[in-house]
Amino acid sequence: MSAELGQISLILALVLAALLSVLPMVGAQRNNQALMKLAPSLAIGQFVFLAGAFAALAAAFLKHDFTVTYVAMHSNLLLPWYYRLTAVWGSHEGSLLLWMLLLGGWMLAVAAFSRSVPRIFTARVLSVMGMISVGFLLFILFTSNPFERILPGPIDGRDLNPLLQDVGMIFHPPLLYMGYVGFAVAFAFAIAGLIGGRVEREWVRWSRPWTLAAWAFLTFGIALGSWWAYYELGWGGWWFWDPVENASFIPWLIGTALIHSQAVTEKRGAFPAWTVLLSIAAFSMSLLGTFLVRSGVLTSVHAFANDPERGLFILVFMAVVTGGALVLYALRAPRIMTGEGFDWVSRESALLLNNVFFTVSAAMVLLGTLYPLIIDFMGWGQISVGPPYFGAMFVLLMTPVVLLLPLGPFTRWKRDEFMRILRPLAVTAAISIVAALIVCAWLGSWSLRAVSGWIGGFWLVGGALAYAVRTARASRSGLARHQWGMTLAHAGVGVFLIGAAMVEAHTFERDVRIAPGETVEAAGYRFTLHEVAQVKGPNWRADEARFSIHKGEREIARMNPQKRLYHRGGQTMTQVALKPGVFRDLYIAMGEELGESGAWSVRLHVKPFVRWIWGGAVLIGLGGLIAASDRRYRKQRRQRAGAATASAAEATT
Amino acid sequence: MTPTRKKRLAVVALIVLGVGAATAVAITALNDNMLYFVSPTDVHAATAPQDKQIRLGGLVAAGSVQRDPDSLEVRFTVTDGRHDVPVSFEGILPDLFREGQGVIAHGFLDEGGHFHAHEVLARHDETYMPPEVMKSLEAAGHPPEASKQ
Repeated sequence: MSAELGQISLILALVLAALLSVLPMVGAQRNNQALMKLAPSLAIGQFVFLAGAFAALAAAFLKHDFTVTYVAMHSNLLLPWYYRLTAVWGSHEGSLLLWMLLLGGWMLAVAAFSRSVPRIFTARVLSVMGMISVGFLLFILFTSNPFERILPGPIDGRDLNPLLQDVGMIFHPPLLYMGYVGFAVAFAFAIAGLIGGRVEREWVRWSRPWTLAAWAFLTFGIALGSWWAYYELGWGGWWFWDPVENASFIPWLIGTALIHSQAVTEKRGAFPAWTVLLSIAAFSMSLLGTFLVRSGVLTSVHAFANDPERGLFILVFMAVVTGGALVLYALRAPRIMTGEGFDWVSRESALLLNNVFFTVSAAMVLLGTLYPLIIDFMGWGQISVGPPYFGAMFVLLMTPVVLLLPLGPFTRWKRDEFMRILRPLAVTAAISIVAALIVCAWLGSWSLRAVSGWIGGFWLVGGALAYAVRTARASRSGLARHQWGMTLAHAGVGVFLIGAAMVEAHTFERDVRIAPGETVEAAGYRFTLHEVAQVKGPNWRADEARFSIHKGEREIARMNPQKRLYHRGGQTMTQVALKPGVFRDLYIAMGEELGESGAWSVRLHVKPFVRWIWGGAVLIGLGGLIAASDRRYRKQRRQRAGAATASAAEATT
Repeated sequence: MTPTRKKRLAVVALIVLGVGAATAVAITALNDNMLYFVSPTDVHAATAPQDKQIRLGGLVAAGSVQRDPDSLEVRFTVTDGRHDVPVSFEGILPDLFREGQGVIAHGFLDEGGHFHAHEVLARHDETYMPPEVMKSLEAAGHPPEASKQ
């Protein structure tokens, strides 16, 4: 029964979305207050029905309703309840429903927190988001309906892919989608601005907190995905330049450029057209990411079953959204304000450089990701692009970013002088080089990567701290939220850099053959295998290896990696054993039993500073959230609200 | 031209130059890191490049997997139903590596037509077939049943 309720809810949500995409827009064009007032109510209604549909699917999973095809394919009687709940977004149909639910959630938030933005503007924003909803709801209903039935239903389901039976899977997709979908808000603001013909500083000010929040969620989502791949896939890597990872990374790079260009446009009115373009690009890249993941055109760890028809739908939808936005942009570009001029050495130039490097990086990742498709399409053979391409290009493009980043916040708007910017940072630079050399001497690591990673890391963290101290001294009230956010995020880049450099420079990785009673030495640690035992879980059984790890004479850990066999589907899976630490992770993954001797192949890793990678990413994301919560955006909105109600009152009289 | 225009022109020229340089570097890096996909039929027809890293894809032939009990060395045969290529690999195979299943191996082909893999990939879903393998199997006239949902 619940499946039918879900289906009806989805259809009702579609009806409301269709109304939302037309009525408030017409209202805004004709200055009809009644129609414009409908926008928030329609957005709320749409969210309610989306939540209803989502709850219906979750209920089908919890109740083991195997007559619903999607449930039968991705759940079974032995699956614990929490994985049955996360199985809702474990595959294509449900994950699109989650995508849609989150879009509805963002719309609800826009409706709730934009009371101070002029009504006409909110009406247009919600209306544009309504159009996006219509596209995605049609997509779900016609190509990916999670509520389809099979009658009679099977007695038991096929089970969720074991890789997805994991805590990382609970949070990774929702956070990632929050980011993806959040860029729809920035997109809608840009489109609303273009339609209204007022792409001005105010527009950017309203858009900034939303963009920052979406970008922060995307940061968390990507970091969580990286962490999940690290311990779940059993390869011990933290980033693979896999097409699907790239699909989430491209919008992040564009988003990073966007939050910086928004700062310029809001503060100085410079490059407004560019900011509009980036807003469109960030969401288009999110759609492209969805297309790449969902169409299965690329070989990837994420490419599960694929369906070209679905891919085609998203491709057409993307063409309509992006094409429509660009046409509108071309029509309205002459009406976009022109910014004030600035000097070579100025904050504007610094942020322009940021934008150049980040958009070129995004283009570079995009090129590498799509290159195999282009070559295949031209009939030149089937190729794939190796990770060294991405690695080399990224290091090349990000080195100047790391070197210049601490200078940015010290630079004045409009015009400045190099020496004035460099003077306070000279000490920071000297300290970071000395500190890096001391740390490297202490760790005994003199590889180029490690040394440059530490210097860059200290330079970034030091630069961020120097900025915070100076700003706090200069103003009585201390640092504002957006300044805290920036400091934290920029320091986070430094922490990340240290982690990435150390892992790349000094990871110890070895595949060994080991029998019970034997000891293997790896990077100063002694791994002893005591026995391999049989253990059982709710829907699997496993061989579990019992390891103890010694450093010197001291036992520092006991680790029990498993090789699991899942009952349904008969899939085997490696369950990695981890001993996490601030300065190093120990990591054991089981291979397979070798012959009758009881020996196993085992993969051992010692990964220095690997946690700093995700720690840095979390700092970056937190910085974004803190900046998004700055009172400045709300305060100025409140003042504007007064003016807006005044002008609205004028308009009605 | 006014000074502001001159400055703008200079900025635009710089950006174009930078983007051009970046594109050139990117294309070079791309060509250095391209991995060609080959099927066992390509290997047999000697169209596959030798002593260059390539990706070999096909099915793991049934009954072909042999392990050395004293080391991590594994030998198996990759087939597309028409031709076979012997592969050797040292290390840990992925969880979904199984006889009769699709596989992609990265490595080098020696003069004797023997493939030395340094990485073996099988995908994460038991019903998933890498698109390249799917195509090459179809080209060889052996569309696999297992790959269809």
